[in-house]
Amino acid sequence: MGRALAVIIWILTLGSVSLFFVKKWWFPTSISEHAPAIDRQFLLTIIVVGLSFTAAQIGLGYMVWKYGDRGQKDRAVYSHGSNRLEVIWTIVTAVIFIGLGIMGQSVWASLHFNKAPAGAFKVEVVAQQFQWNFHYTGKDGVLGRTDPGLIDDSALNFIGLDESDPNAKDDQTHSVIAIPQGQPVELILRSKDVTHNFWVPQLRFKQDLVPGMAISVHFTAVTPGKYELACAELCGQLHFKMRSYMLVLPPAEHQALMALPQEQFQARMTELLAKYPLPTYEQ
Amino acid sequence: MSAEMHDVVHRHPAPTGFIRKYIFSIDHKVIGIQYIMLALAAVLVGMTMSVLMRMNLSWPGTNWPILGTLFPGGAPNGVMSPEFYLSLVTMHGTIMVFFVLTTAPQGGFGNYFLPIQIGAEDMAFPYLNMLSFWVTLVGFIVILAAIFFSGSESTVGPIGGWTGYPPLSALANAGPGQGMGMNLWIISIAIFCVGSLLGALNFITTLLNMRTRGMSLMRMPLTCWAWFTTAVLALLSFPVLLGAGILLLLDRVAGTSFFIPGGLYLTGVLSGSSPNFPLHTGGSPILWQHLFWFFGHPEVYIAILPGMGATSHILSTFARKPVFGYRAMVFAIFAIGLLGFFVWGHHMFISGMSPYSAMTFSILTLSIGVPSAVKTFNWLGTLWGGRIQFTTAMLFAIGFVSLFVAGGITGLVLGQTSLDLPMHDTYFVTAHFHLVMGVASIFGMFAATYFWFPKMFGRLMNERLGKLHFWVTFVGVYCIFVPMHTMGIAGMPRRYAQFTEYEFLKSLHPLVVFVSIAAIFTVIVQLIFYFNLFWSIFKGKKADANPWGATTLEWITDSPPPHDNFAGVLPTVYRGPYEFAVPGAPNDFVMQTEPEPGEGDGGVGGNGHNGHKH
Repeated sequence: MGRALAVIIWILTLGSVSLFFVKKWWFPTSISEHAPAIDRQFLLTIIVVGLSFTAAQIGLGYMVWKYGDRGQKDRAVYSHGSNRLEVIWTIVTAVIFIGLGIMGQSVWASLHFNKAPAGAFKVEVVAQQFQWNFHYTGKDGVLGRTDPGLIDDSALNFIGLDESDPNAKDDQTHSVIAIPQGQPVELILRSKDVTHNFWVPQLRFKQDLVPGMAISVHFTAVTPGKYELACAELCGQLHFKMRSYMLVLPPAEHQALMALPQEQFQARMTELLAKYPLPTYEQ
Repeated sequence: MSAEMHDVVHRHPAPTGFIRKYIFSIDHKVIGIQYIMLALAAVLVGMTMSVLMRMNLSWPGTNWPILGTLFPGGAPNGVMSPEFYLSLVTMHGTIMVFFVLTTAPQGGFGNYFLPIQIGAEDMAFPYLNMLSFWVTLVGFIVILAAIFFSGSESTVGPIGGWTGYPPLSALANAGPGQGMGMNLWIISIAIFCVGSLLGALNFITTLLNMRTRGMSLMRMPLTCWAWFTTAVLALLSFPVLLGAGILLLLDRVAGTSFFIPGGLYLTGVLSGSSPNFPLHTGGSPILWQHLFWFFGHPEVYIAILPGMGATSHILSTFARKPVFGYRAMVFAIFAIGLLGFFVWGHHMFISGMSPYSAMTFSILTLSIGVPSAVKTFNWLGTLWGGRIQFTTAMLFAIGFVSLFVAGGITGLVLGQTSLDLPMHDTYFVTAHFHLVMGVASIFGMFAATYFWFPKMFGRLMNERLGKLHFWVTFVGVYCIFVPMHTMGIAGMPRRYAQFTEYEFLKSLHPLVVFVSIAAIFTVIVQLIFYFNLFWSIFKGKKADANPWGATTLEWITDSPPPHDNFAGVLPTVYRGPYEFAVPGAPNDFVMQTEPEPGEGDGGVGGNGHNGHKH
């Protein structure tokens, strides 16, 4: 029985670990400046995790393989433990675990402990149940005033943009986010109703949009293309359908897009969405 | 306390009427079994819901005629609606966390065995104990009602998830099921909190005051340490959830704004512009998250600590060896309990909380891995050099160790702020907490059931069926939860009713189907357990007082124990709980009640509480 159990434990261990080794189902190719550092830290962590997991399971299997009761005459080892071993494994795991924890702060700190760099492309994100709204500054680089009291769904003013505000004159809104390649992007994240989450797997970035708050985050995307944008915080009935796209455009193309007046902007967005295909995912 | 002590044997007569004996019983053993029965009923509901969810995820849009018949609102024409799926998510989580993982390990086994293991004849407050069970049962009835009285045609319950984040949970117009169903959900949780608080008070008082002569703290079985620490966690964390729940209910029904900010615009209506959506202003959705997770993280340990205790206890018994590093195990339980209160923020890295707080929580979170690893090392140390007897209880205890490692170790990933950016709210999280908090805890309870069943019912469970149950379940849970990690790495979000809307999720479909098949198979196999359990109550092989050759106090009394546990004479304890393989001893186990040669009277510690006082 013990040997069968050991073999099963080892097979399950091998199966589990190999699922991570074959990488058939894995991160989509990253597109942001900070993503390689995250992927490296993930790899390091998953190696530590994999080794600890494997060592523990091999150890467990070994114990049940070796120390089964086979009618031996002598009794089990009479031991209440070893303080020395306790100290050793406490210190070793503390160093490894807390060390990993400290290393795991670097990307976080680079993204969150600094404000968005000057010259970042600014977009306001206004989420609502099952729909994304992106508010672009236009040429002046300043976001127009918004007020929930001015929201008018029939006029497609989903974010309550105050048309009387001079800063709002050149502002654009769209359900798709278009950002420049290689330039820092600052998102100001807001929600009209419930909590949502901005999640683009290729960005390796996620942030809640909390009603009542305007959360500023920043990142830099480096690979042009069209990517799926998902909501990753349960927001209600059609949460699973709250999808949009993120377009990462070469700087010139992006600049040209942002300079367009209202009607041409909408038409150009449609063209760009058709122009860039989604990444191909392994089937 | 000692002034009134007298050594006259004073027996509580057992109640004779059926109702006082089995229904409104104040006997901790009956109450323990009632809690276990409640959990057995609740887990059936929770498992059925998980099967329905897996069916929908793997084969979305399929017409299941039986669903249409049972839930015409949630599955019109037999096709599951997204809101029905989300209400299953909510109910599965809530029922499993509260009415299974908190109810069986602590209320069930803790209630039954803590008093016996410390040599007491009952809990400190037997009536309070009865009350805590009945309050919990009312909570369960209310949560079931939330499914069926949601006050909406199109759904079958609240859809906010077991975490109930406002404003989704605070506003009746935030979605189908967020009306009366959500109110009932909050009320059920609040009732449950009250029941758990009463239970926790009782556990703590009993353990501190009612230990028998010689039962010093460091002679207690590790199970008692685990139940005690769990009770302390419950005492400190449930009031916070209770408070938060009351505030949330007030936001919903009394027009307060604890969690609802101003300027909300929901389903085409601005807050304050319609009687259906009154004015709210100034609340903080994140405040709820802090309050919820201040409870929610200790809750994880409330669920698993008793399983850890049972595993230590059972590993030692069937390895026929003392627990390796008893003292370190006690410290590790304490460390886990204490640190468990400082890590709640790791659920909130990306919530909008200060990124500096996130860093602090992150490093504290990785620290909590240390006592968990220490426990694992000590379990391996306990097996080392043993003479392992592979009973079903032992198999499940070994399975607990394997699954605790498998589930716990990925905490190293999720605890890091940077890695939470891609991993948060994906199936990686689902996999992690199901393995460690769900499955490992349940394995601890399976081990406890097979181990203590003969004490509780005087009969043995069928070992052949038990082993079949173990093998399939052990392989099954690995097949269910390991692939979920890779789904999460690929970016699959939790709580999606379907994965049909995204290109990046389509390649994961074979894994989704594999997991569902494994899940359905594993759930069906649990029927073997139910059969074995109920069949063995009536037909199992008779068990004597100590069928496993174990050392602790529950094994010195009859199976099942008499009404007052020790037939009027409380035992005296002379030694630690895990004296197996003592060189020179006649047997390979030495009972805690066996005096040291030459030592006549009771040992030190305990409450010197022999006999009875009023």
